[in-house]
Amino acid sequence: MTALAHPNPSAAAPAPSRSSFSRYGREISVAIAYVLLLACLAIRTPQFFRHQFFTTWVDAAPILLAAIGMTLVILARQIDISIGSMFAVCAVLSGLLAKAGLPMPCVALLTVLAGAALGAINGGLIAGLGLPSIVVTLATLVVFRQSLMWVRQGQFVNDLPHGFQWFGLSQRAGEWMLLAISGVVFTVFAWAMRWLSAGRMVYAVGSSPEAARLAGIRPRRVVFAVFMLMGALVGLAALLNAVRSPDVDPKIGTGWELTVIAAVVVGGAAITGGRATLLGTFIGVALLATIAPALVFFNVPSQWEKAIQGLIILAAVATDGLRRRGN
Amino acid sequence: MCPRLYHFPAPVVKSDCRYDDRVLLKLTCITKSFGGVQALKGVSFDLQAGEVHALIGENGTGKSTLVKVIAGAERPDSGSFELGGKPVVEINPAAARALGIAVIYQQPALFPDLTVAENIALRLETRGAWRTIGWKTRHQQAAELLARVGAAISPGAHVRELTMPQQQLVEIAAALGADAKILVLDEPTASLSEREVENLFRVIRALREQGVGMIYISHRLEELPRIADRVTVLRDGTYVGTYAMPAIARGEIIRLMVGRDLAAIFPKVAAALGNVVLEARNLGCRASGVRDVCLSVRAGEILGIAGLVGAGRTELARMLFGLTPADAGEILLKGRRVVMDSPARAAALGIAYVPEDRRGHGVILEMPVDANATLAILRQISRRGFINFSREREIAGAYVRRFDIKTPSLDTPVGNLSGGNQQKVALARWLATEPCAIILDEPTQGVDVGAKSEIHRLMSELAGHGLAIIMISSELPEVLGMSDRIAVMHDRRIVGVLSREQATQERVMELALGHAAEAGAAI
Repeated sequence: MTALAHPNPSAAAPAPSRSSFSRYGREISVAIAYVLLLACLAIRTPQFFRHQFFTTWVDAAPILLAAIGMTLVILARQIDISIGSMFAVCAVLSGLLAKAGLPMPCVALLTVLAGAALGAINGGLIAGLGLPSIVVTLATLVVFRQSLMWVRQGQFVNDLPHGFQWFGLSQRAGEWMLLAISGVVFTVFAWAMRWLSAGRMVYAVGSSPEAARLAGIRPRRVVFAVFMLMGALVGLAALLNAVRSPDVDPKIGTGWELTVIAAVVVGGAAITGGRATLLGTFIGVALLATIAPALVFFNVPSQWEKAIQGLIILAAVATDGLRRRGN
Repeated sequence: MCPRLYHFPAPVVKSDCRYDDRVLLKLTCITKSFGGVQALKGVSFDLQAGEVHALIGENGTGKSTLVKVIAGAERPDSGSFELGGKPVVEINPAAARALGIAVIYQQPALFPDLTVAENIALRLETRGAWRTIGWKTRHQQAAELLARVGAAISPGAHVRELTMPQQQLVEIAAALGADAKILVLDEPTASLSEREVENLFRVIRALREQGVGMIYISHRLEELPRIADRVTVLRDGTYVGTYAMPAIARGEIIRLMVGRDLAAIFPKVAAALGNVVLEARNLGCRASGVRDVCLSVRAGEILGIAGLVGAGRTELARMLFGLTPADAGEILLKGRRVVMDSPARAAALGIAYVPEDRRGHGVILEMPVDANATLAILRQISRRGFINFSREREIAGAYVRRFDIKTPSLDTPVGNLSGGNQQKVALARWLATEPCAIILDEPTQGVDVGAKSEIHRLMSELAGHGLAIIMISSELPEVLGMSDRIAVMHDRRIVGVLSREQATQERVMELALGHAAEAGAAI
């Protein structure tokens, strides 16, 4: 009470701003880890860059696309573990559509739309009925996969038309095409998250759904949209993956959701929502995708791959915990 | 040192010597501060065996902190704490329980899916994962304890199936089983019906006969003569005095609770009042229990909403902003009937709401200042979904200057700012929408005094520009100093509207405590 007579403006002095390193610390440290890994490879086995580097990225391109969607989903405080099944459904569908004689652009469009529709099922259940996303997508993980098994009886899609594999291009050109499409999609999303108000809405909803709602944003719509985008991106990823082989395996994508979530988490996304960058996700995908080929070049048995990936995830999350304690 | 900042009649009865050898608990000159806020400024309190000692005071006067000190959940900064005549040096919740102190909170803290017997046993039995469970003894023990509090509850019933007052009795039974000599009852009657209250009082009287000392916290002053032996009044963390219960009148207690210095509050500058901007007629909502709300606020006016915690003030605000849409009555905006069914709709109509929970709902801590300030006008600063960043920085920068928001830059995450500056960012977000009416829920809660008077100055200035302001506040001096009119809520209704001239702390408090008849106020 007595203090009221002597208002003290300096008491309201703000806390010092965090440096950009502590704010983007994860992105920077994962990038350093990736560069170090590449440097080791360059020193020990220079042929890595000649033979493997490009292929690694071609392999990683579909993961990157799904990881973009997963970043948005995690950013909005949700999770989607049904993407492996969606991936298989879309891949088989693309093969069947191509086999039915549709031109490639139509196949691509329909596959992406099918993915969006599957994502809309997830989004509708989660945003519409307010169900927890982990339960809903656990259910659809099983439902999508089993429906596919039931319809296709585990059959591969073979005898695909010539125009399907590598879009009818040479392998090299097809690979470049694949990288170009993923690169463009990634750039568009990274840009949109920064420059479009929709991107900011996702951040706001993920940070605090109630605060966002009070600010006139409709969190349910945002969540629905995010799941639909996730589905569409999985559709595109499935197509780009399918064109790499002469036939489509209906068992494809089993366990794929974990690979994608791991990349996003290593890239610095907070699993509690509200914090993630697509650049971080990009580096996370790059790092995890390079582990397996690197092991080959280091002559380490390939069964170590999963263990090392697991260690990287633990290390990334542990540094978060340590930093929070430090604050 | 025990500071006495106010001059009030000396306590009618100081610690009565009649009880001296039976003192269970004695606190002397306890102080406790959190951050910069001093919650307890030299509070003394004592409790004798076989008495009910009421502890009263307004919201935020330190009752809860004092209870936490007694329960061992908070360590006092200074002062002495004696239990049974022996000084307590080190205390924690487990030790307090072992010493026979039990706190019964307003919301029973039981496990709903376990049985009554299991719940009681969990409080009593020593832990050890490999001990076998004596089901029979558990049930017997529970039955005995329940009989002691006169509760007709089966030990095998699941807590989920019990009513609130029954759960309370289970809590009390468990406390007795743990050999509690000191029972703290925190607002035990807040949600009980008259019959349930009478039943609880019967139990309390029986326990008093058995020599249990009880600390009784309640906002219902009319109950005190029926149950309390002594009453201690706190005000703003200071100790006002301890009085023998039948000897002190209710009016006197109210006066002791509220009397304080008004001059230190930044007053509202008189502004020309315009037309009625927002009006509610018989507004009600079954979900939140708020009913029959009639209020209106004019351009340039600050309507204060006073009331105790739980009186329904925030619920009213949420209704006006479409967060929990009203299902009865109507809302008029500038004379036209409007439907307020979502915050987005309310915002589009020109109503703004700065919520009470600033860190949770008011601002987004991870986002920088500029994004926070413009979050509610994202649509206006974007064209076809593209954010116009220069516009954003321009608007945010203007508010930072106008409100004197202390931030290193516009890119600083709001979580790094002080509470007062966060509140200013929240205010900026909503003023950027250029609303015609704004609802401020506890606008100065938890901000330091400097920022507080700045926020008061801002409110005054905004009203001067013709904004209609509804301000919810638990601080009586703030309500009295800032409001042109004051609507007082009690039990989820508006029980009186006082003009600035009519309003005194005592009248507002009387209404807030539900003594509308005595206050003689018409709605």
